[in-house]
Amino acid sequence: MAAGVATWLPFARAAAVGWLPLAKKIMPKPPVDKKSRNDEILFVNVSGLRFQTWKNTLDRYPDTLLGSSEKEFFYNEDTQEYFFDRDPEMFRHILNFYRTGKLHYPRQECIQAFDEELAFYGIVPDIIGDCCMEEYRDRKKENQERLAEDTEAENATDTPLPPHSTSRERLWRAFENPHTSTMALVFYYVTGFFIAVSVIANVVETVPCRPPKGSKKDLPCGEKYTLAFFCMDTACVLIFTFEYLMRLFAAPSRCKFMRSVMSVIDVVAIMPYYIGLVMPENEDVSGAFVTLRVFRVFRIFKFSRHSQGLRILGYTLKSCASELGFLLFSLTMAIIIFATVMFYAEKGTKGTNFTSIPASFWYTIVTMTTLGYGDMVPNTIAGKIFGSICSLSGVLVIALPVPVIVSNFSRIYHQNQRADKMRAQQKVRLARIRLAKKGTTNAFLHYKEEGGFQDRDSDNALCLKNRSSFEHQHHHLLHCLEKTTNHEFTDELTFSEMCMTESVGYRTSRSTSISSQQGVSTSCCPRRGKRRAIRLANSTVSVSRGSIQELDTLQVHKTSAGPQSRSSLNARTEDLKLNCEDRDFTAAIISIPTPPANTPDESLPPSPAIPGILRNSRSTFFTHETVKISSL
Amino acid sequence: TSRAPKKQILKSSNDNYCNSSDSDLELSTVRHQPEGLEQLQAQTKFTKKELQSLYRGFKNECPSGLVDEETFKTIYSQFFPQGDATTYAHFLFNAFDLDRNGSIRFEDFVIGLSVLLRGSVTEKLNWAFNLYDINKDGYITKEEMLLIMKSIYDMMGRYTYPSVRDEAPSEHVEKFFQKMDRNRDGVVTIEEFIETCQKDEEVTRHTWDQ
Repeated sequence: MAAGVATWLPFARAAAVGWLPLAKKIMPKPPVDKKSRNDEILFVNVSGLRFQTWKNTLDRYPDTLLGSSEKEFFYNEDTQEYFFDRDPEMFRHILNFYRTGKLHYPRQECIQAFDEELAFYGIVPDIIGDCCMEEYRDRKKENQERLAEDTEAENATDTPLPPHSTSRERLWRAFENPHTSTMALVFYYVTGFFIAVSVIANVVETVPCRPPKGSKKDLPCGEKYTLAFFCMDTACVLIFTFEYLMRLFAAPSRCKFMRSVMSVIDVVAIMPYYIGLVMPENEDVSGAFVTLRVFRVFRIFKFSRHSQGLRILGYTLKSCASELGFLLFSLTMAIIIFATVMFYAEKGTKGTNFTSIPASFWYTIVTMTTLGYGDMVPNTIAGKIFGSICSLSGVLVIALPVPVIVSNFSRIYHQNQRADKMRAQQKVRLARIRLAKKGTTNAFLHYKEEGGFQDRDSDNALCLKNRSSFEHQHHHLLHCLEKTTNHEFTDELTFSEMCMTESVGYRTSRSTSISSQQGVSTSCCPRRGKRRAIRLANSTVSVSRGSIQELDTLQVHKTSAGPQSRSSLNARTEDLKLNCEDRDFTAAIISIPTPPANTPDESLPPSPAIPGILRNSRSTFFTHETVKISSL
Repeated sequence: TSRAPKKQILKSSNDNYCNSSDSDLELSTVRHQPEGLEQLQAQTKFTKKELQSLYRGFKNECPSGLVDEETFKTIYSQFFPQGDATTYAHFLFNAFDLDRNGSIRFEDFVIGLSVLLRGSVTEKLNWAFNLYDINKDGYITKEEMLLIMKSIYDMMGRYTYPSVRDEAPSEHVEKFFQKMDRNRDGVVTIEEFIETCQKDEEVTRHTWDQ
């Protein structure tokens, strides 16, 4: 409810006294506010910036975070304030919303950051005030467009094919993305070449050539070198037919393919030839045959497969269909009006060109588009007056929809350019992602190779090896999985080596403990069934520093250790000292420091990692890790 | 257990830009606020501070208060870069999502954690059984176990030593059933499961002392 309404509620309730004398039944008892407190000032600390506000102010909107009991989760007993680890600048706007009832969108902020803050505080963006709503929506739309394109670029079909694709799928892919294979590229260029040849042939065959001996008249080249042109035409049509049939065969959905624009163009490009073959050399139908040859010019549209710009143009026209329609409609209206007027104005003149209204259409169009051929001119005064009005209005009517079309084209063109840039960068990005993934795995393998699981009595420092507690725990998790399945992680290189040397039974040197267990895979778990012993005769990867004040990273482990892992889930703090003694490897990566005595400062229990990895404020390595993981 | 009514703010779903370029963008969120601290304290074995800390992390990652399956899968997969953790994450998600409504709320999350971290042996075994019992009918069949097993082996990925053979999961399942299925009826019931695990030294050795 709006702030105003909530404030006036006591007044409305007090005014209900007026109903008392009239009531038919007994009035219900008023609700007892159990926890009614006098209004107090609350302190809200957002990343160090302290805000103070009345409690009532926040209570105005009970379905948001600050207005409900949800804020109790963020209450800090010691400092008696609510602490939020969020952006203090944005919080100003959020708090203003509670105070004034209107949410404003700060123009200099990033739209996504703003949205995230709103989501965190539980405020629905719909209540942005009218003053800022438009700007907000525009920015949001723009952002969403960009994101949609990004995801499209990511799913771009430059991704490698799934391993088991049929030849049909591969063929289709080769057609759609010529850069994927050299064969496709060759085919792409060949078809392009033949389209060009065909179009040029069409054009050249109408050029007048020198007449053959004994004739005075100039002959078009087409008729002089009939055979040559016919052969060229046949070759082109053969190629086009072949291409069309191959595409038809490879298309995943043939019906959809046949309805698509490009395939229609393909058909129209090759049909005249076949019809010409089939049709007899008859005088009557040869007229129609000639018309059919006009359709051969449609071959030029086949270039749109080869040219991005053409496609953009076509797409722009399609998206501006409504504007174009409006233009056409208004033009038609104006033409009819002016043609009628001109016709009647010039009717009286002798020998006038304006013989009928349809004849006047031509004059109107030529005048409105400011062409002015001069083959039809008005003679009467009235005709001239209306003629001038016609040309003036023509400029206006045509100029109106054009900017819309232009802006559309510009937007689409820019989008396309960005998409291309994204595609180019995508390769780099994919490589980076793969590197990050490998980094994590390599860290684990590296750790194993260095005998991380060896029994260590001596140097505690060695166990640490400069890794954050997060890394420790993550490695532990991976190790538990290894133990569950009794297989080890390796990297690609060693894997391929092993594949080659498997028959020889050659074992690469691994950490001894593990390899020794490998051999006894069948016997190592005689009575355990599913659960592999996570027991290691060697050290634990017990979590980092001796005094774990706050283990923020919490990885709950289900399967790998099963029942026996539960034990150390209850591990007490002292158990988690860095000892490299013989312990069961348990899934307990959670250490909840039970007595505060162990923890010098504010011991905060582990925060969940299932929804994500929380910050371990002490681990400087952490942010690096998060970056690594989040880039996956 | 009686729960206070959850506050849910549901609006129409986000309209895809491509569908309605001109019409207003539906700005929406599905939000969920958790029950109060006191109620959660009563339902779980966490202290107030622990709950606060858990919630802060949860809320940071999921401001809407709900984790849907896709997000869960993405997050879980990040821990196993070499393999494919999505199938297993799916089973895990169902184990956490107690009321099977497709999203994990903070309460589900915290209750699950409470069982896993602070629960008794029996409770934890119950939880594990619930995880394996995919259709939650009280019996673990070989097919269910095989699915779980395969999903675990999937997480290992391709590059393992020795390389995972195709029969590895089913062999593993056979061993499991040999051990667990006392009356050889082809299914493992909760009693067989708990009984067998409790007899298992590994389990009991470190879970007795709590």
